[in-house]
Amino acid sequence: MAEVLKKVDVVTVGAGWTGGIVAAELTKAGLNVLSLERGMMQTTENFAMIHDEWRYGINYGLMQDCSKDTVTFRHNVNGLALPYRKMGSFLLGSNVGGAGVHWNGWTFRFLPYDFEIKTKSFERYGNKLGNDYTLQDWGLTYKDMESYYDKFEKTCGICGEENPLAEKMGLFRSSPYPQEPLENTKMLKRFEKAAKEMKLHPFRLPAANSKGGYTNPDGQDLAPCQYCAYCERFGCEYGAKASPINTVIPKAMSTGKYTIRTHSNVIEILKKDGKATGVRFVDTRTMKEYIQPADIVVLTSYMFNNAKLLMVSDIGEQYDPNTGKGTLGKNYCYQINMGTTAFFDEQFNTYMGSGALGTTCDDYNGDNFDHSKEKFLHGAMIYSVQLGNRPIQSAPVPKGTPNWGAKFKKALNYNFTRAITVGGQGASLPHKSNYLSLDPTYKDAFGMPLIRLTYNFTEQDRALHKFITDKTAEVAKKMQGVRSIKKGAYLKDYSVVPYQSTHNTGGTTMGADPQTSVVNTYLQHWDMDNLFVVGAGNFQHNSGYNPTDTVGALAYRCAEGILKYHKNDRQLV
Amino acid sequence: MQDNVIDRRNFFKLSLLSGGVVAVSTISGGAILHATELTHVHKKTQESSNKIRGKMFFQVQTDFDNLSAACERIYPKDEQGEGAIGLGVPYFIDNQLASAYGYNDREYLQGPFIEGIAEQGYQTPMRRNEIFLEGVKALEAISQKRYKKTFSSLKGVEQDKILVDLEKNKIDFIGFKSSEFFTFLRDMTIAGVLSDPIYGGNDNKNGWRMMQYPGAQMSYIDKITSDEFFDIEPMSLADMEG
Repeated sequence: MAEVLKKVDVVTVGAGWTGGIVAAELTKAGLNVLSLERGMMQTTENFAMIHDEWRYGINYGLMQDCSKDTVTFRHNVNGLALPYRKMGSFLLGSNVGGAGVHWNGWTFRFLPYDFEIKTKSFERYGNKLGNDYTLQDWGLTYKDMESYYDKFEKTCGICGEENPLAEKMGLFRSSPYPQEPLENTKMLKRFEKAAKEMKLHPFRLPAANSKGGYTNPDGQDLAPCQYCAYCERFGCEYGAKASPINTVIPKAMSTGKYTIRTHSNVIEILKKDGKATGVRFVDTRTMKEYIQPADIVVLTSYMFNNAKLLMVSDIGEQYDPNTGKGTLGKNYCYQINMGTTAFFDEQFNTYMGSGALGTTCDDYNGDNFDHSKEKFLHGAMIYSVQLGNRPIQSAPVPKGTPNWGAKFKKALNYNFTRAITVGGQGASLPHKSNYLSLDPTYKDAFGMPLIRLTYNFTEQDRALHKFITDKTAEVAKKMQGVRSIKKGAYLKDYSVVPYQSTHNTGGTTMGADPQTSVVNTYLQHWDMDNLFVVGAGNFQHNSGYNPTDTVGALAYRCAEGILKYHKNDRQLV
Repeated sequence: MQDNVIDRRNFFKLSLLSGGVVAVSTISGGAILHATELTHVHKKTQESSNKIRGKMFFQVQTDFDNLSAACERIYPKDEQGEGAIGLGVPYFIDNQLASAYGYNDREYLQGPFIEGIAEQGYQTPMRRNEIFLEGVKALEAISQKRYKKTFSSLKGVEQDKILVDLEKNKIDFIGFKSSEFFTFLRDMTIAGVLSDPIYGGNDNKNGWRMMQYPGAQMSYIDKITSDEFFDIEPMSLADMEG
């Protein structure tokens, strides 16, 4: 029998960015918050020996243990889904801080266009993509989101500069970036010059890697970035990269009203009479079950798990791709990445860098250019970054170089410090056949079904990918001193094998209407007033940007919604 | 108080009193300090090559010799410096096969196992160390069949032909594709050349030196804005011990 624990005001499932933000805001307001975290505790102290590519970069030292939980994958409804046995395409986080510990720190606001994508696209182009693409507005506008973005960016001490196209895009800021951009480098200047020759509008990438010493509005301190090159897939040993473990979690702890219970894997949302009553979880060390009663339940785990918990708890209506009915699991989107690598004879300090040290342009992002003659909507940022190349993961070799042997060795050693990549990160729009559901066969270590991912790239993705890939090649060719270029291949079928992006979105979408969304614009579940679901799962589509700024902003909005609900005890909209 | 319940008192015991964060509070307000003042320092105590080696996985010397020969073809010795054997890569691979990597420790290994499409990734109940062992034994079997000689004694071009056949899926195995074995072999050779020497490969950091990778440096804050290229003596995690 499950042991019943003492009731709390609020329980969150997971203690990453969203759980940490919700905990910080609610405890400041006087509520008691408990986070159930399936992983272990970790702090900056854990990362003293982090400069280990083999352990963390290649063998995913900070990521989810797939032997306990993973997803299954197939291309379409007729296929047989098989388990994602080993991490590849995307890297799910683990432990306190979650994926917010191993991110790079790229911190973009989504465009005003993004929040009203259906309305704005239809206004300008009509139903260009047809009904198979399930475009949706998000139920609120950029204007509604601005104050939450501002709050998250101040929490993180974002280093950035005004986007030259901000005014054109309606991307206003109520206050400037908290810190000036990170240092500039020879590699990035080479890209910037070429981009300007192409009449693009480059600006420094907004970074959560603190340039100076910074104290955020919660009184939490960030140290200056050392450009040590171990950001993505790594925790920051200096506490310079903003993460839940050096910002919102210590803030919540300082109130004395926050508790994290580690090794606690939530397996069900409990409910009675149309309300959530708490959650059932397993202590992963003993497999003993507990019931944690709570007045308010907040799903703050990664988007796959948020969707899964709703599905296994039978809350909301599962999306059916054949009928188009149901919203839970609908509008799963991903991201498309493209690029061209340029090779030089001149050497660059490619091995130094920081997770968000870069320069980017939005000329071909959003609806910043006329799509009338194109077979796609939206676009991609075009960028160059100096993240600090690590040698196993990053072995740029020119076109035609063999994969192994004497010629490979020479090319590997020569080109490691002589290559610059011009990349693109593209939007991903929803399609009726891309969705999440429960797998009928495969189970996790706790006996619950794995989440099943039915996904493939669409014609929209392929057309956008080709368009931007060609642009990256044009910029790369223009860089001064370039010897040769190697253009990335155009988009093929989606594969879970190579790493692409941990920017999975959708499945628990937000909106103004329960017919087209799982939660309302305060991230409150339409069917259950005291249940909130927050994360990238709320996105109706994915933009040509990284999701974390929007996830953080939504978490602040969610916290505000929870406080409103706490006073009024009803549906907020 | 259970040891997995972290409240205010425990959290501050865990984090704020430990090195990094305390130091941070002293630099708020824009000061830029060097990394070493914030946390730990490197001690250059382990400069020499790794002389203590042993086989933890392979039991038969011929298997190990053939593995070594195959790795050397993937990353050969040349005028730049050592190849895979000289860098200790075969020991790196052997040792990894005996540990979490070889046993697919953090991977989903529940059935049913059904061969899917390539985009679904490998779907085999076999552990990587089993695949490696069968793969290496196949090198010998093919070599004996074609040349009546052990694989490690073949000429380089003859060894390459066998490796290419593996890479192109021309060899049949039960439970996995030969290209999957070749990819493991290739990737592990590169990893053994370029991972930190604490894992037994990249002997004396020479794999890094050849590509001018400085390894586990603490900070580049004093160099990041410079246009000059820096060829920095590499540093291992081993240099932080002691």
